[in-house]
Amino acid sequence: MILSDILAGALRSGTSVMLASQGELLSERAGVINLGTEGSMLGGAMGGFAVTVWTGNPWLGTLAGGLCGLLVAAIHAYLVIVRKANQLATGLTLMFFGMGITAFFGRSFVSERIVGFNPVPIPWLSDIPFLGDVLFRHDPLTYLSILLVPCLWFLLFRTRLGIMLRAAGEREEVLFASGINPKLVRGAAVLAGGFLAGIGGVQLSVAYTHSWVENMTQGRGVVAVALVIFASWKPARAMLGAYLFGAAQALQLTVQQQGLPISPFFLFMLPYLLTIAALLLVERRRQSSTPEGLGRVFSGEAGG
Amino acid sequence: MKTKSSRKFAGIFLMCVLLFAAVLSGCSQPGSGQERPEASGSAPASAPAASAAPGTGGTAVGFIFVGTKDDYGYNQAAYLGSEAVEKAFPDLKVLRAENVPETAEAERVMEQMIKDGAKIIFPTSYGHLDPALNVAKRHPDVVFFHQGGLKTADNLGTYFGTIWQPVYLAGVAAGKMSKSGKLGYIVSVPIPQVLLNVNAFELGAKSVNPNASTSVVFTGSWCDPGQQANAANSLIDGGVDVLTQHQDCTKTVIETAERAGIKTVGYHADASPLAPNGWITGSVWNWSDLFVDMVKTAVEGKFKGSKYDGKYRGTIADDVVRLTDFGAGVPDDAKQLVEEKKKGLLDGTLNPFKGPIEDQSGAVKIKDGETLTVEQLESMDYLVKGVVGNIPK
Repeated sequence: MILSDILAGALRSGTSVMLASQGELLSERAGVINLGTEGSMLGGAMGGFAVTVWTGNPWLGTLAGGLCGLLVAAIHAYLVIVRKANQLATGLTLMFFGMGITAFFGRSFVSERIVGFNPVPIPWLSDIPFLGDVLFRHDPLTYLSILLVPCLWFLLFRTRLGIMLRAAGEREEVLFASGINPKLVRGAAVLAGGFLAGIGGVQLSVAYTHSWVENMTQGRGVVAVALVIFASWKPARAMLGAYLFGAAQALQLTVQQQGLPISPFFLFMLPYLLTIAALLLVERRRQSSTPEGLGRVFSGEAGG
Repeated sequence: MKTKSSRKFAGIFLMCVLLFAAVLSGCSQPGSGQERPEASGSAPASAPAASAAPGTGGTAVGFIFVGTKDDYGYNQAAYLGSEAVEKAFPDLKVLRAENVPETAEAERVMEQMIKDGAKIIFPTSYGHLDPALNVAKRHPDVVFFHQGGLKTADNLGTYFGTIWQPVYLAGVAAGKMSKSGKLGYIVSVPIPQVLLNVNAFELGAKSVNPNASTSVVFTGSWCDPGQQANAANSLIDGGVDVLTQHQDCTKTVIETAERAGIKTVGYHADASPLAPNGWITGSVWNWSDLFVDMVKTAVEGKFKGSKYDGKYRGTIADDVVRLTDFGAGVPDDAKQLVEEKKKGLLDGTLNPFKGPIEDQSGAVKIKDGETLTVEQLESMDYLVKGVVGNIPK
């Protein structure tokens, strides 16, 4: 009973981080680190919430939230790919930019109420003991996010597009030599990453909490970026890491209710500690999986 | 080479995380309860030729808030108070600053307000106290009313309300209405104000249901809706059927409880529209009349020697703190119980914190017949028997 609660909690609180980490993974596979993921998430959370308030339709909200996340990422793409700015500095700036601009435009939405997404138990499957409680009683965005991971894996490792994308992150000269503009590929990956991060934000505001509060992501975007690095740029592992993070959050709350003599301050650290520890344990050859061109500026002509 | 670059990433990343944490903690709310009981060396002696009484002669009144005005919480309550001042004193301009962090930035904001003609300033967050004390030292002609502080100065008084009284009454209603006898309390960090409320709630519930227990869950933040939803879901999974909270933004928990079909008790501001089915009642601040009276006292030059120049604590009898209306689903017997207890609080025959009170371990914390002073109440550092949860020792 408690175990299924914790695992269900893992999905509930891990999904927003998971979506953002998949987005970041796309971007980093193509060679661009985007620390502005937090900003994209906030953009998504705010924009998605606002459009859901206006239209009453959470699906439109989702689309809008994704586009807001994409917009923040577009600034990143322009600065680091076209203007060749430093990726880390630009991303960091965009993180704070995202906090500021969403706080500003989100003011009037703090007390708004929405219907949003609600858990939809899947008929039959949700009646399976244990598994039904853990997996099949979630909101639609959570279901979609689970389906997304195998799709991303397929895209990255089984399609021509995936090869192009990874080539942009490893050896952009090769891509360039084969007649494809690496800048375009990188830009597209960053934009897609921002879109996913935005949807992660939407999951938090429109599906999970039905609220918008300034800076409501509270560092989840930063956790997502960390997960990608610790997960060796592998979609399934990043997903696992995100759920582990969510599970640890649920676990620490459950532990508190058992009245065990453990300081809550220690428990606050638990999600971060557990996630890092577990991912360090599963990782073996991280160096070989680091996209070689990560962070590198592509000058446009041959060589780099 | 490759290993080196991945290490570099990890390093830079760690740096960013630390930076981020620093920024977050910089703008998070109230703050550690650990506070020296009284700053003995208050403001410096005589002011540079202060001919008029402090607080008089201004053209404006300043309010600073740590959050935004519409958070269904702490800041909304204070904001409503500032609106009452605006209405009552049409000649005074009301200056407001929201999202003022509890740092030197607060000093800068207050200095600006003084430049703009304010002789009366309300720093409304717990952590605005030290910046306010600094500014107060430099401007002996300005009166400061700080919300919730335990330190004062010649021209700085603090005010607060005994919010634990309505919280106790809400506990009575919650204890009466709970079927499982398990109540949930979502709080931020273990500071005295928070522990006082949790204890009052449990004592209230226990007074009508000896088996009632309150599970307290710390989220570590004053407003993190995601973690609030986690906490609410976790408590609901654990069998809690009444949820309450001590958070700055209260909307998420109330809506989550409502969707789960359980009862909810509000805090800071009336959020009953958010929970038409589950709303029991809520403890709220009623700053309007108090703020108006405080401004009036200061404007007339009577701040010194008034009840506001020290540590003023408005009670339920003063109507500074109150209970909201009951929700539609509250049965008459629960209402009646609350009314009886309220009468006891009003006429002074009932003091929930009159000993004997035991802590979680069963040790007697308040001896038989003993009562507590404001300082003792507001520096509470234990949880009473019946509360499930742990605070660091």
